[in-house]
Amino acid sequence: MNKKIGIIRFPGSNCDRDMIDVLHDIYQVSSAIIDYRSTSIGSVAGVIVPGGFSYGDYLRAGALASHAPIMLELAQQAGKGLPVLGICNGFQILTEARLLPGTLLKNKTRQFICETVYLKVEKGSSLYHKSLGQACLNMPIAHGEGNYAIDDSGLKKLHDQGQILFKYASKSGVTSEEFNPNGSRANIAGITNKQGNVLGLMPHPERASYERLNTGVDGRVLLSSFLSLCAI
Amino acid sequence: MTHYNLIDIKNLEASDAIDESQGFEALLKKHKLSSDEYQIIKKNLGRTPSYSELGVFSAMWSEHCSYKSSRPHLKKFPVTGEHVVVGPGENAGVVRVAGDQCVAFKMESHNHPSYIEPFHGAATGVGGILRDVFCMGARPIANLNCLRFGKKTHPRTPYLFKQAVKGIGDYGNCVGVPTVGGSIHFDATYDANCLVNAMSVGLIDANKIFKGFATGKGNYVVYLGSATGRDGVHGATMASDSFASQDQGEKSTIQVGDPFREKLLIEATLSVLEKGLVVGLQDMGAAGLTSSSVEMAGRAGNGILIDLSCIPVRTQNMTPYELLLSESQERMLMVIEPGKWPELKAELDQWELESCIIGIVTETGRFQCSFAGKLEVDLPVNILTDMAPIYERPFKEGRVGEPLDTKGIVSNVKERGVEAVILNMLKDIGDKTPIFRQYDQHIGTKTVFGPDEGGAPVLWLRDHEIANNGEEFAGIAIATACHERYCKNNPRTGAALALIQAARKIASRGGFGLGATDCLNFGNPQVPEVMWEFKECVEGLADACTRLNIPIVSGNVSLYNETDGVSIYPTPMLGVVGKVPDIRFVPASTVTKPVDLYLVSPSKVKPQFGGGLLGSTLSLDIYSGIVPEVDWEQVLEGLNFITTLARQQPGEALAVRDVGSGGLIITLLEMMRSPDLTLDVKMSQGALSWESVYFGEYAACFVIATTSSGATHKFLGASALKHNQIQKIGTMAENNAQEHNIDGVRLNKKQVLTHFQNALNFN
Repeated sequence: MNKKIGIIRFPGSNCDRDMIDVLHDIYQVSSAIIDYRSTSIGSVAGVIVPGGFSYGDYLRAGALASHAPIMLELAQQAGKGLPVLGICNGFQILTEARLLPGTLLKNKTRQFICETVYLKVEKGSSLYHKSLGQACLNMPIAHGEGNYAIDDSGLKKLHDQGQILFKYASKSGVTSEEFNPNGSRANIAGITNKQGNVLGLMPHPERASYERLNTGVDGRVLLSSFLSLCAI
Repeated sequence: MTHYNLIDIKNLEASDAIDESQGFEALLKKHKLSSDEYQIIKKNLGRTPSYSELGVFSAMWSEHCSYKSSRPHLKKFPVTGEHVVVGPGENAGVVRVAGDQCVAFKMESHNHPSYIEPFHGAATGVGGILRDVFCMGARPIANLNCLRFGKKTHPRTPYLFKQAVKGIGDYGNCVGVPTVGGSIHFDATYDANCLVNAMSVGLIDANKIFKGFATGKGNYVVYLGSATGRDGVHGATMASDSFASQDQGEKSTIQVGDPFREKLLIEATLSVLEKGLVVGLQDMGAAGLTSSSVEMAGRAGNGILIDLSCIPVRTQNMTPYELLLSESQERMLMVIEPGKWPELKAELDQWELESCIIGIVTETGRFQCSFAGKLEVDLPVNILTDMAPIYERPFKEGRVGEPLDTKGIVSNVKERGVEAVILNMLKDIGDKTPIFRQYDQHIGTKTVFGPDEGGAPVLWLRDHEIANNGEEFAGIAIATACHERYCKNNPRTGAALALIQAARKIASRGGFGLGATDCLNFGNPQVPEVMWEFKECVEGLADACTRLNIPIVSGNVSLYNETDGVSIYPTPMLGVVGKVPDIRFVPASTVTKPVDLYLVSPSKVKPQFGGGLLGSTLSLDIYSGIVPEVDWEQVLEGLNFITTLARQQPGEALAVRDVGSGGLIITLLEMMRSPDLTLDVKMSQGALSWESVYFGEYAACFVIATTSSGATHKFLGASALKHNQIQKIGTMAENNAQEHNIDGVRLNKKQVLTHFQNALNFN
């Protein structure tokens, strides 16, 4: 069994180093950087597509990165059940690559938003849903294009298939518009694919992992479930 | 762009001398060279320069590059100390924090471009200061910005403010460096000259500090990064002149930033430095290729020979003059050993960055550039770097603040209603969250305290090496400070108060200052009163640096912040980096739960109003009243007491905040960050009026908030205080009260909140 987590690095990725540090410092798990030009993922237990501004967000966030050589291989491996976690720009790339449904538009306010938000865990059948239970998690967001959009039938499918993992909410779990920072459809902050092995979310769990920082440690709950999905 | 071939200078024609006949005066004026300066150039060269050479002189002898008006005064700063590893003169200063872990940092102005095109001006300000830091081999971990705009009602202010903030955010967020703090003031003095001062802080190992030296005859000069365009030609000379109000549309010299390219440049640069592939390196900043090559050659006592036709260009028919003076962004100049070229090129290709050889290091001591068979530039480096005229500009003592009868203040406040006055002050100084939420504050996972609290940001170094040496929780606190109204009222004391303010903020986090960077923004140095302000500020600051043991390690001077003959208030902006020995025990600077409040204040020194927030709210003359008196014994004792206290185990001090603009009342209201809390304050006022106690400002005064579990708090070391006193002044309690009570003055809680939150409302 391989204990390494693969981290795909695109030109402009900028949360890769933070993720490597957290995996090492908190979980003693080592990482392997996977170059975007590579056509093989290699032997890893799971893959993280980190946050950042791949290709400077030119065209559309994630649009150019989704056509990088590594993405074909990622799609194949994900199809075979490899755990994949896309954070922020990683989420944008996964939707652009159609590994996850929907798309991420510019924030409703047209401004970049950096703040901490509360996330209510929705009902679903993935391992994430099971391990997170009814928790309401506190994590930072930092993005300009986090406004999740999907059509009515797509949204219904997400609900019916239990693919929604996180919704923006109040501290006590109220998911009303008032607590929606970016205008996302149905307050959606994170979703899985139908199989539950691919997760994309806008908040940054790696920034909520060191207890000495001002952003809390709720991110660990999510990273722990990702690692257990990876059988680490 | 052609491939580089070794040039044989003997085969080159000399370039044409400039025509001194027609319109020559206008040409000199455009280059901001005086006819005296031109005569010095001719005398030193023994010939008439070429047009390109005139451009090179214009840049290298500009105020921005040569510090010709400021240099005699800058010598007065203390620049060495126990923590200093690299002092002024390099791309950034370096101080040691713990073990071999150091931080490189610098603050720089980008005022003139930001006024003309605020989005790109501010963005490229951030890009430029980042390059100064990472070209030393430091990984940038924090950005800060000190912004000054005209009064909120000025028609141009909302545009400048919003665009500058957006520019800073877009650039910093994309390169992946957190923006953790800074300051923003609005004042009519900046109506026609805004200030954008950007600071960057990077982490570096003491043994891996890299400097910009062009050493080794025959070594290659390598160009790295974006292609060269016409943008920014003459940026350095523009920053060395005043505006006339019709200049607002002059956008041709403004650089455009590309943070995506910068991110690649950071990673590529740090990687090739780590691999030992580079001998010398410098950012092509102000005056682009010219200043970077001349400065690197100058430091090494060498010459440089460049083939300008090898430079990658993004536009056609660029002249040698433009190639030399372009300030296109995201470009670096490297000096490397020829044998390392293949490996270097391969590594840079990995990052998809363009690089090419454009010249070699020589032993001629000359800056030489060829283009199309001609030797366009052939100048001794030392004339460019060391022989720029230095001006001991005449100065004339200006006005300073005069003592004020407090009775006048009291009746003025009564007339307007004390509640209304407080609410207006809050609106002036209130919540900056709408700005900071546009900046990524958390990337890098080091942020212990970000910008939202208003205190000094704190970062955990989170370094494995020092962790092994028992300093696992070592961090830094970064404080920026400048109170321009103090500096106008009294430049000498005002500048000292700026450093004290930074020291207060760092002490409140349990830290002590290691070193400072200064960004000296002033008006026209050819006006004797402005020159006096400059001299006074430098001397006042130099003295404060010595007293507080915080040397200046890097800096920048921005003069000619003047429009239509009106200069800005003297604005010596400071950025101080301090060490926080243990980030686990750092007090907050805001309060969200019930606390007891204590005041640490001077026992003899009286509070003052000169240059203070009350005066500006009451629209008093800038010279009415005197600035807070600096009694160094009191200041140092207060700082030491607070530093010690702030380092105690949690519980001793939940939050510490220095009393700043607007005095005690504003400090208390700023501190309180929960709508459920009610402020209840009562204290002995002695012979002082309510206005003096609650609006008066001090050099060093602090509020401590602590949980009210103990009966009476006995703070460690409080009994030994000689120049300061400590007293309980009240509480912040959780209750249903509708009003705060400050010694009989009642403030509606809701109104306080809305005024605080509407601080950035321009209507």
